[in-house]
Amino acid sequence: MSAPAVDQLHPSAGEPLVPTGTPAIVTEGLTKRFGSVAVVDQLALEVPAGSVFGFLGPNGSGKTTTIRMLLGLISPSAGEVELFGRPMPSASDEVLPQVGALVEGPACYPWLTGKQNLERIDAAGPHGERSTRPARIALALERVGLSAAQDKKFKAYSLGMRQRLGLASALLRPRRMLILDEPTNGMDPQGTREIRHLIRELAADGTTVFLSSHLLAEIEQVCTHVAMMSLGKLVTQGSLAALQGANAARVEVQTDDVGRAVEILRSLGLEAEVQEGNVRAELGDRRPEDLSHALVTGGVGLRGFTIERPSLEDTFVALTGEGFDVAR
Amino acid sequence: MLLAELRHLFRRRRIQALLVVLALVPIAIVVALKLSGGPTRGEGPTFLNQVTNNGVFAALAALVITLPVFLPLAVSIVAGDAIAGETGLGTMRYLLIRPAGRSRLLAVKAATVVAFCFAATAVVAAAGLIVGSILFPVGRVTTLSGDTLSVWSGIGRIAIAALLVALSLLGLAAISFFASTLTDVAIGAMAATLGILILSGILDAIPQLSAIQPWLFTHNWLSFGDVMRTHITWTGITKNLGLQAGYVVVFTSAAWARFTSRDVLA
Ligand SMILES: Nc1ncnc2c1ncn2[C@@H]1O[C@H](COP(=O)(O)OP(=O)(O)OP(=O)(O)O)[C@@H](O)[C@H]1O
Ligand SMILES: [Mg+2]
Repeated sequence: MSAPAVDQLHPSAGEPLVPTGTPAIVTEGLTKRFGSVAVVDQLALEVPAGSVFGFLGPNGSGKTTTIRMLLGLISPSAGEVELFGRPMPSASDEVLPQVGALVEGPACYPWLTGKQNLERIDAAGPHGERSTRPARIALALERVGLSAAQDKKFKAYSLGMRQRLGLASALLRPRRMLILDEPTNGMDPQGTREIRHLIRELAADGTTVFLSSHLLAEIEQVCTHVAMMSLGKLVTQGSLAALQGANAARVEVQTDDVGRAVEILRSLGLEAEVQEGNVRAELGDRRPEDLSHALVTGGVGLRGFTIERPSLEDTFVALTGEGFDVAR
Repeated sequence: MLLAELRHLFRRRRIQALLVVLALVPIAIVVALKLSGGPTRGEGPTFLNQVTNNGVFAALAALVITLPVFLPLAVSIVAGDAIAGETGLGTMRYLLIRPAGRSRLLAVKAATVVAFCFAATAVVAAAGLIVGSILFPVGRVTTLSGDTLSVWSGIGRIAIAALLVALSLLGLAAISFFASTLTDVAIGAMAATLGILILSGILDAIPQLSAIQPWLFTHNWLSFGDVMRTHITWTGITKNLGLQAGYVVVFTSAAWARFTSRDVLA
């Protein structure tokens, strides 16, 4: 309670603890066993500060378990966690006030209203100055679109409203990082869009957002970086661009002059072939604009020219050789 | 945080209802006593037969009657819920990442349990005193030694008795609090505590077990009656307080060891 005042209401990080450039999250050999099963196995994550990091994996792949270890809720069977360069859980008191989190859905007191729930959680730890509390609560509720329902009892909240309240509680104070476990769970399409917008807004302020999800398509739209989990193991991690690049994009040409198109693409070194009446080829490192130019100047009449980038799901399947299903 | 936690506890309907029920017990008994014209001599628990002569004794009777069951029940509900209630709801994980700090949270929760022990005892004594003085005459208080004390010093003695009863509940509260760190089901912690309470009562009643009886946390519970002697005898009382302190130290340490190391999965 004697910690330095964090007075600004706008959630754009307090005093930086460490020089910028230090990753927001680093784990090394992070392992959690339940019995003999390694639910999280030798996880080496690196989440760059300022990134919107998508933590992906099918149901049961160990995302929530990892997040619990990041936050010090459970102790790892082996390995280490650092948040902003500080070891967890020993530096909890110092680091956690700068981290807002949603772990496995919201949890509140059913007999209190939404607003009273936020008051209670704010009073339960450091940096929850009383004088700014009403204003901070009002702002957080507004950001998640819950102002109208703030005086309803939590037990009367719908699933989506509960999720929003959980988010509001993560936004009560200025944060350097948000760790959100399936934040759009139970939300309607409108809510999902709003959350996406909120995440972009926070990221623009420099907040690191670590986002777990099993909804690949949704993540794809907001993330700058991605890690994929399967059966507790890290399958891959890196920037979204690098990941999608690694799994080659394809070009598809729709034309009546199939023979000529194949010829031109082959002359450019592409392994073009005809499938279902269209010409297809792996794009490789060539620029689409060069190809279309070559085709047009070569006299091929184009009915269509499409670049297909593989979705994250395709990438996942390509990397694991498995579908995106519960594996155990 | 302690103030916020106390407000959180006593603002709960369930807790308020519990205190109301506790108040109703002495009220019901005193009213029944009035309607029936009082117990015949030598019948009923200590102090009850004095109530008709002096309403002040209703407070003591209330303490004697609620101490074996009603007060322990209320205390184990609250202490059993202290930690398990939060883990059961899932709110524990949000308190921990707030970060409330495990040791600090445990200390605050323990303090609210202690506060409840005092509140519950005070409610019982006060309810007894108030109805007793309304329905029966109030006068100088006769001690167990046969002397009389002024009404005010009599009430002072009753306040000491209530304080001792509240302290007597702490051993039980510590057991329940420890049980609360072992489970995510508050009812389970409460039931386990009541089981231990009943077991303790049974062991205390078996003559062959006299060797272990002095170590049972219920053994000296009724020692608070000694404050009603003209010159208070402290031996039973200090024995009781020492024993309670022992239980508190052992079980809160165990609760701390458990809670600071456990995985919070709920
Ligand atoms: N307390 C526990 N005891 C034993 N196994 C557990 C426990 N908690 C989780 N597991 C197992 O660990 C695995 C990973 O669980 P986890 O909750 O981390 O998955 P997840 O990736 O978050 O899945 P979801 O997308 O469904 O939220 C699952 O197979 C689960 O059965
Ligand atoms: Mg999960």
